[in-house]
Amino acid sequence: MKFSAISLFANALSGHKKWPSQFPNKDPKKEYDVIIIGGGAHGLGAAYYLASKYGITNVAVLEKGWIGGGNTGRNTTIIRSNYLFDESAALYDHAVDLWDGLSQELNYNVMFSKRGVLMLAHNVHDVQSFKRHVYSNRLNDVDNQWLNPEECKEFCPPLDISSSRRYPVMGGALQMRAGTARHDSVAWGYARAASKLGVDIIQNCEVTGIRRDSLGNVAGVETAKGYLKSKKIGVSAAGNTSVVMEMAGLRFPLESYPLQALVSEPIKPVFPCVVMSNAVHAYISQSDKGELVIGAGTDQYTSYSQRGALHLQEHNLMSICEIFPIFKRMRMLRSWGGVVDVTPDRSPIVGKTPVGGLYVNCGWGTGGFKATPGAANMLAYTIKHNEPHKINAPFNLDRFIGGRLIDEAAAAAVAH
Amino acid sequence: MLLIHCPYCNKKRPEVEFAYAGEAHIERPNGINQLTMTDEEWSNFMFIRNNIRGEHAERWWHNSGCNMFFNAIRNTQTDKFIMTYKMGENLPTEKQIKAAKK
Amino acid sequence: MKNFRSKKGSVINEEETIKFSFDGNEFSGFKGDTLSSALLANGIHLVGRSFKYHRPRGILSAGSEEPNAIITFDRGEGKITPNVRATTLEIFNRLQSFSQNSYPNLKFDIGAFNNVFSIFFPAGFYNKTFMWPKSFWDKVYEPFIRNLAGLGPAPLSEDTDNYASCYGHCETLIIGSGPAGIAAALAASQTEGRVILVDEQSEIGGSLLSSSNKKIDNLSSEQWLSKALNTLKKSNNVKLMTRTTAIGYWHDNFVALSERLTDHLSQVPEGSAREQLHRIRARRVILAQGAIERPLVFNGNDRPGIMLSNAAQTYLNKYGVRVGDNISVFTSHDSAYETAFEMCDAKVNVSVIIDLRKEVNADLLAEANSRGIEVHLNSSISRTYGKLRINAFEVYSPIQNKKFIVKCDALIMSGGWTPSLHLWSHSKGSIKWDKSISAYIPDKANENVCCIGACNGNFGIEKALNEGNSVFNNNKKYVVQEQSFGSGVVLNTIPNYLKKEKQKAFVDFQNDVTEKDISLAVQEGFKSIEHVKRYTTNGMATDQGKTSNLNALEIASREVGRSIEKVGLTTFRPPYTPTTFGTFVGYRDKELFDPVRKTPIDDWAVTNSAVFEPVGLWRRARFFPKNKENMDQAVARECKSTRDSLGIFDASTLGKIEIVGPDATKFMNLMYSTSWTSLKVGNCRYGLMLGEDGYIYDDGVVARIADDRYHVTTTTGGAPRVFRHMEDYLQTEFNDLDVWLTSTTEQWAVIALNGPHARDILEPLIKDIDLSADSFPHMSIREGNICGIPTRLFRVSFTGELGFEINVPSNYGLALWKILMTEGAKYRITPYGTETMHVLRAEKGYIIVGQDTDGTVTPFDAGLGWAVAKKKKDFVGMRSLKRKDLVNGVRKQLVGLLTEDPLTVLAEGSQIVINPKQPKPMKMLGHVTSSYWSECLGKSIAMAVIEDGFNLMGTDIYIPMPEDTIKAKVCKPIFYDPEGKRIHV
Repeated sequence: MKFSAISLFANALSGHKKWPSQFPNKDPKKEYDVIIIGGGAHGLGAAYYLASKYGITNVAVLEKGWIGGGNTGRNTTIIRSNYLFDESAALYDHAVDLWDGLSQELNYNVMFSKRGVLMLAHNVHDVQSFKRHVYSNRLNDVDNQWLNPEECKEFCPPLDISSSRRYPVMGGALQMRAGTARHDSVAWGYARAASKLGVDIIQNCEVTGIRRDSLGNVAGVETAKGYLKSKKIGVSAAGNTSVVMEMAGLRFPLESYPLQALVSEPIKPVFPCVVMSNAVHAYISQSDKGELVIGAGTDQYTSYSQRGALHLQEHNLMSICEIFPIFKRMRMLRSWGGVVDVTPDRSPIVGKTPVGGLYVNCGWGTGGFKATPGAANMLAYTIKHNEPHKINAPFNLDRFIGGRLIDEAAAAAVAH
Repeated sequence: MLLIHCPYCNKKRPEVEFAYAGEAHIERPNGINQLTMTDEEWSNFMFIRNNIRGEHAERWWHNSGCNMFFNAIRNTQTDKFIMTYKMGENLPTEKQIKAAKK
Repeated sequence: MKNFRSKKGSVINEEETIKFSFDGNEFSGFKGDTLSSALLANGIHLVGRSFKYHRPRGILSAGSEEPNAIITFDRGEGKITPNVRATTLEIFNRLQSFSQNSYPNLKFDIGAFNNVFSIFFPAGFYNKTFMWPKSFWDKVYEPFIRNLAGLGPAPLSEDTDNYASCYGHCETLIIGSGPAGIAAALAASQTEGRVILVDEQSEIGGSLLSSSNKKIDNLSSEQWLSKALNTLKKSNNVKLMTRTTAIGYWHDNFVALSERLTDHLSQVPEGSAREQLHRIRARRVILAQGAIERPLVFNGNDRPGIMLSNAAQTYLNKYGVRVGDNISVFTSHDSAYETAFEMCDAKVNVSVIIDLRKEVNADLLAEANSRGIEVHLNSSISRTYGKLRINAFEVYSPIQNKKFIVKCDALIMSGGWTPSLHLWSHSKGSIKWDKSISAYIPDKANENVCCIGACNGNFGIEKALNEGNSVFNNNKKYVVQEQSFGSGVVLNTIPNYLKKEKQKAFVDFQNDVTEKDISLAVQEGFKSIEHVKRYTTNGMATDQGKTSNLNALEIASREVGRSIEKVGLTTFRPPYTPTTFGTFVGYRDKELFDPVRKTPIDDWAVTNSAVFEPVGLWRRARFFPKNKENMDQAVARECKSTRDSLGIFDASTLGKIEIVGPDATKFMNLMYSTSWTSLKVGNCRYGLMLGEDGYIYDDGVVARIADDRYHVTTTTGGAPRVFRHMEDYLQTEFNDLDVWLTSTTEQWAVIALNGPHARDILEPLIKDIDLSADSFPHMSIREGNICGIPTRLFRVSFTGELGFEINVPSNYGLALWKILMTEGAKYRITPYGTETMHVLRAEKGYIIVGQDTDGTVTPFDAGLGWAVAKKKKDFVGMRSLKRKDLVNGVRKQLVGLLTEDPLTVLAEGSQIVINPKQPKPMKMLGHVTSSYWSECLGKSIAMAVIEDGFNLMGTDIYIPMPEDTIKAKVCKPIFYDPEGKRIHV
């Protein structure tokens, strides 16, 4: 049933009894052309693009819990593409291109809100680094502009730009096309659209092993619901990628860290955009429910526990109140943790693996949500063609051997 | 905030006194051995990590304490430390880990 | 106005009348009242509007689980708190409170329009619409949706209150001071260890404060409580904390408590913290958090005047307030009967008890009968009436298919009890489903923790006391005379003859989630309870589902057709109740947000009107403007004076590490790409440090003080990580070396003198070092005394001029600086800041790690190949430099740039292309890393990293800017005194 104001109206009159299941939970078939491990938005998106763009519909998405229950449903929903390096800018901007219009494409409102992302500079080094981004983005045709402190304040009125702060605002880089989306809806929208095209979405189906044939290529997966054959497997398992890869005998350049986020109680609209600050370590936006959505950096140690430490939350809120002192009286409603997989250069790995028929999309660290449609499409493309697209080709595993890393964080190195 | 036993101080101290220092028992090849290593082998040393979901051997630095680096076995699903031991000591055997859990 | 105070409440002081206001109307209450008890005492039930449909709402509970009675608490500018639960706010004189989410007022709210059209806004409706036409989303729909957001008003000015935080330790932490918690505390007080007993309410006592007619060990419950409190207060090892919420439970028995210090005071003491965060590490934690009563999910269950049975009992006994004059009861649990009887005894008319169960304990029925209360078993409520407050309801008996109307002014309900597992779940203890009480209870502990009393599924005061006591293996047995807590059933469907579509049965009151929404979610495939929660927003309001989660679970389980255990339970997440950001921040804001590191000379810089810049935690003087100069003018003057005569610079922030030991040279050789073997004692060398990845990690001048001793300097920002990097290798890779590292950054003040007169100023001040060029050449170090102060005197230069860096013990830094300023007057000594330092070094092509290099630049890329020893057998980064892409790939290399127009100063970070006419995305060769106006050269200079830059010398390149495209020529990155004559004089 197509979603629209008209169908909503019609269904209201019949008591909403006729809405079908958005993604029927199927029992697995014995064999699939492609199996995607991981039912987050990245995995569901890959299945959707396989079916919609690349004509492969005999696809299963295997999720060990409930779809969208991992980092998809645990992040702070920021979307932007003002990255420094050509490779990153191309990948994230591809994603933003797909975000724009995703609601219509999926016939599911994912509430992509282009409210603008402002990244604050608090010292001379930040200013230099962000301006370098602005100049680079301009020549890459990625929108990003420099604002002085007064312009920052005008764009984001709650901001305190007084020089009495410990880290005064010295300006900011603003990407207008950037913003937020409703995270759960992205997973559900992809799931519904993929289901319609014939993709099987199988929840509560943990993968416990990957079988390989005599040539070493993948042959299928052992799961909680039995053995499923497939000659092509895409792994989109975020924090658990190392665990899945080990089933195929592969060790990966990944470490999994806890990442926390929190929301405040809902208040009337006060915060019109997204603000990030690397120097004080925090990011913030206001959801359509009115909650302030707040995040920061990872805990220091590797963990799969989906919980972090109190002192990180303390620091996170210190940072928020340092930039936005009017929020000090707000109250934290809920906090939570996810597991993010981080590569040595903090850029993702999207492409082939040393095992035939095994493809991967991982290593997004703290920034995976914004890339969802782009990453999903690139994984689907690579699975279809057994070759990466030119956008994801640089994000291969071999870069760690040859040394051609894509290190955005190192490029913003702080020293002096 | 984790509570961590420093094997040098022989004291339990809060996590904020410590800095995590990555997976343990990854030995750096010396300069002579490095020369015979392929780029791939070198990359394995540099970047490939076990990233175990379960009992993980890892290094910690008591930087706001005795300044010593030491090793630990910690369950990464529960974040519980099973044991800590001094730098230079061997990776504990399964038997030793089992004993430490009691 | 009618008074609903019936008797003396256990926490009420009737001697003290309190005046307060709600929505601008004046009311009075008593000391001890919460806002909700005081409003109820005045006959007010309507206090708010719901989030989505703006339905009128009253007071559901008497505690922190309250979803409905959410108000704004206003103490004046900078002290307005939205979304406060009226049930936990203690009143004081002149307290001002306001209802929320209504316009123009609470009784007539335009937003209630939504309620009329609620059939069009079921759960998840926003996913299904607002998509067409596409352009409307950005411009119309989305701004419209965003404008509807939120409950309470947003803050408009900075919070003017203070907050505090501290650490605490104890052997026993008991959370919850009801009978179980008190009994545990009494037993714990007999042990050696420190005991902390916390309760979120204003008084110790929990449910004992709202019980009457109970006898504990032959004392009335009030007497027993007061005796127990006395004992606890007298125990030296027990600390009692009220108004303190245990907000979260983290690893290794680390529990955070939020203590509210002033919100209940009419006069706040000057400077007092409003709230304090206590971070407690406990050996053992005992959770006695009690249980929360469950509402019944029936059509029209959200009208003001409908409340939980336990809440009505609490208002009666604790606050002395009856919630109505003519009440009825709707229940599926015995415990509501006790409330009904107590209300009756307080002369409230209790007309009927509607019980969903077929059978009820005969004693209860007899007692109801004796009080003249009609009991209708196997009956249900199908409708309620009353616009802003319930005034009647319709009883429906499914068996007899009979309907009748009962009038009332309040309806109290009980759907059973939910043990509070919040902190237990934070601690990652497992839970199990207990069929007998239809609730989850604790199973296996993950920490040294236990649950006692109602939160462990053991209801009733006697059980709670004895379980609290037994935790410490105490043999004592408490004997309590009380009505049995009884039992109940949990129904996942309340019988009704109306079709489901016609009903509005609320599960989550604040977020307006109805039973239908949950059915719809399941129908649409959202079968996991986490999906149901996210799709419907059930349990995501400010009460976090304390009264709604289990009801939602029951309904979801019914709809999915699977047992509750299989549907799961949503995860509990900290904090237990919403907690002020300020409490997490504590005193750490503004200047205390991060410590400011200041050099010993900072005071002088402040006095002499320096403009500072933050560099890491340090603040450094950026320039010293004179006569209203701007930065460019000041820097031009500082540069010129330094090159012409003499400049003085505070370099104290440079990182310093003392490396000592028989193997110091071996260690240095391993840590740096530079070779140290040939460095003679008394000499200095530029040291380049690589990461194991082969990229430049840090740099600095290193002096050899003795055969076994090096004085290493690092970049300002890099000092801590360089120290860690060295310790890491020393302790874990090169641990056979006998070397000691000491961070000495703060031990030395460093004053750099640069310029042709640098030697002249020093000569009269230093007697024991021969400063002549022959005996003290560039890149050497001498130890001696300056003005009687011991010094390590470096002859080094980061400007290309004759230069000295005077290291003296920090305490002498300022004194020496002042002497030099006085002595230097004859050379027109000019203090300069970091900006001039940057220009002077750029004129010489000296790099700044982190500006001209980032983490992707190798020594060869930076033109520093000479600092990579060829013959060393090992050093950190050696192997990585040989990786394929570092050897063969096209590398970006550090070069100089001269703009075609010498007056044009390039923007730092601007991007470089060969062909400026190409379409976007353009092929970028690299970027400008440093760029300045050089006053001494009379032209602009720049450094850049460019692909294959070394082979592009003399080539024209372009820098496309928004306004125009700038042409420049690639050159060697050295602009001033390329022969280096000045430095060696």
